[in-house]
Amino acid sequence: MGKRVGIIGVGQTHHAAKRLDASGVELISEAVTRALDDAQLTIKDIDAVVIGNMDHFENINYVDMWAIDGLGAFMKPVFKVTTGGTTGTTVGACGYYHAASGLFDVVLAVGWEKNSESDTQAAIATCANPTLERDPFAGAIGPLATEYSMYMKAYGATEEDSAIVAARDRNNALNNPYAHSRQAVTVEDVLNSPMLSYPVKFLDMCPRSDGSCAVIFASEEKARKLCPRPAWVHASVVRHDYTHFGDLEWTFMPTLERASAAAYKVAGITDPLNEFDVAELYIPCATCGVKWMDSLWFCDHGGAPDLIRKGTFHMDGQLPINPSGGVISTNPIGATGLIRIGEGAWQIMGKAGDRQVPGVEKALCTGFGGCSWSDVMILGADLP
Amino acid sequence: MEKVAIIGVGQTKYERDKKETFAELVFEATSKALEDAGISKDDVDNIVSVSSDFWDGRTISSMAISDASNAYGKDITTVEGDGTFGVLYGMMRILSGSFGVTIVCAHHKGTESNMRGITNCAFDPLVERKLGIDAISSAALQARRYMNRYGVHEEQLALVSVKNHKNAMRNPLALLPMDISVEDVMNSRKIADPLKLLDCSPVTDGACTLVLAAEREAKRLSTSKKRVWLKGTGHCSDAFRLGDRDLSDTRALKDAAKRAYTMAGISDPRKEIAVAEVYDAFSHMELMWLEGLGFCEDGAAGEQMERGVFNSDGKLPVNPSGGRLSSHPVQVAGLAAMAECALQLRGEAEDRQLEDPQTALVHGINGMCGQSHCVWILGK
Repeated sequence: MGKRVGIIGVGQTHHAAKRLDASGVELISEAVTRALDDAQLTIKDIDAVVIGNMDHFENINYVDMWAIDGLGAFMKPVFKVTTGGTTGTTVGACGYYHAASGLFDVVLAVGWEKNSESDTQAAIATCANPTLERDPFAGAIGPLATEYSMYMKAYGATEEDSAIVAARDRNNALNNPYAHSRQAVTVEDVLNSPMLSYPVKFLDMCPRSDGSCAVIFASEEKARKLCPRPAWVHASVVRHDYTHFGDLEWTFMPTLERASAAAYKVAGITDPLNEFDVAELYIPCATCGVKWMDSLWFCDHGGAPDLIRKGTFHMDGQLPINPSGGVISTNPIGATGLIRIGEGAWQIMGKAGDRQVPGVEKALCTGFGGCSWSDVMILGADLP
Repeated sequence: MEKVAIIGVGQTKYERDKKETFAELVFEATSKALEDAGISKDDVDNIVSVSSDFWDGRTISSMAISDASNAYGKDITTVEGDGTFGVLYGMMRILSGSFGVTIVCAHHKGTESNMRGITNCAFDPLVERKLGIDAISSAALQARRYMNRYGVHEEQLALVSVKNHKNAMRNPLALLPMDISVEDVMNSRKIADPLKLLDCSPVTDGACTLVLAAEREAKRLSTSKKRVWLKGTGHCSDAFRLGDRDLSDTRALKDAAKRAYTMAGISDPRKEIAVAEVYDAFSHMELMWLEGLGFCEDGAAGEQMERGVFNSDGKLPVNPSGGRLSSHPVQVAGLAAMAECALQLRGEAEDRQLEDPQTALVHGINGMCGQSHCVWILGK
């Protein structure tokens, strides 16, 4: 069987709409340097490197090769993984499997994106089948608007419910110095913001950011030696759906249900709402912050609006979600999922600064992308 | 450490202008691999796809092959690079204890792609791309540097092409089986000096799938097929900019090979390896990589090639499948090389079967001029 693995260091850039001061490789270098500092390591301690982003955003072929200087991967083992929106969590999972396999002890996992150099929506549009689905499902907003419309109709959720989520995450970002968008907003501000595609409004939706994140994974023996309080990986699970949007289920999120159920089983979680102390979730749009709560087994189908209205997921609630401000505050796409893992790890390590939730023992991190795919990683302060 | 086996291989024929979509190619290769393994799709618990948004002309290109690769409801991930790196990640996932049976699939439709434009995008966007440099012109720089450094002749490069195209005549899946002479290669159209048409690998369509299994699963699943074991692996990358490297130097390959040999317990590759599939995207590369892998001294591969050492009836048969020079579906190529060595070790390589090989070496590259290498040792 494989080795137990802990996260021993995390670094991220100060994310922004346009980081004109840095090239992509320099953004990567910034995150890597900070992760090494966080773990009190040097690049010589790194045994292997994995990187990911989305090709069509910056138009760099063989990113793993191009980024060698920023990664510190000269004359080291390195390769690239990429899965669209889930790329960041895919990179995190790949870092975990590197160390769990026993082939490498200390592994650097890096996600990045420089969206200011891209036409993000045009690039995303080409993920859909060119003859059947590229028109209705072009870009990220269309499918998300479709799924929340259907959820509202099925369960009586409202536009205000998603506005509560948007205001929550955006105000949380005020405590996160790395966040791209840091603005105090009210539920009314969200409801009054411009409509993008009914019922999704401007302040519901994630931005596109420039940024990078690096997370260092280590096998049990190394993690114990190098880090006073590693964030141990308790489970890493991915579930995919069909290829075509038209084949998908829209009123709940089957992949998130399956991935989280499988991960909870591995990690021995039976009552997620009570057992997790914090969650960093890939919520690309505030509407998902309503609907997808059902699929994380926090409640029955249709139960999410009630939990949202009660403030269950606010910083002072039962299970704080996205203390970092989440994806709707910061979205360097290839790094976004890895930031969830990095933020979850920092919460367990007690390094989350002003956004620290007290006494975190277990953290839930997720990734979202592709054709409604879900990634789940569970982190804990105790050995798995 | 637990052992991991290749329990099934499936390949399409490698051709130009295939009518099928790349998802259909993946379905064909994957169905064949499952049949070869003698298992059902329900026995598989995870998938590593190998694809590139550049070559597919489609973002999140792995999304398009979800259904075709049997990924619905399963744990799937995507490696972007050569297929040898896909196998590497597949093995890691099995060794972690999280998975039992893994599909690794790769596809490529080169004839729907713009090779020069896509490989131009592998260079620095600010400084190098504007020169118009691409996979072929950079390889030409490398070939020239290698020839100058070691006194290697164009005719020695041509011998690689002659050998590999001849080998392809015994491989029914290969795109370019040809009985050609050194003269034919020398007289073929100049592409980028010193490389001529027959020194370069062809644009190709095709797909390949391997089924990997942990030892515990390989024993549980009943099948008459022989197991081929993944005994050692190593990968390593050199610097990015061509100007930061001596293009005739194979230090990253030497490092990767050392890791693979150490893991597999190989002390003398010249004696212990019976067959090798190395990444001959261009003829000079086969010579360079054979040196980097330790099969001869630096600069000596051309002379050894002249003596027939690497022919199918030589001391170390290299690229019995016909190699990349005969079919080069990018990303699929390393996986196809693994499939070839698995078939050789199983004794199922038909007309091109070598005499009872026990240990095989597979080599894949990423990046321009072989910036990064992945080396595998396979055994019975």
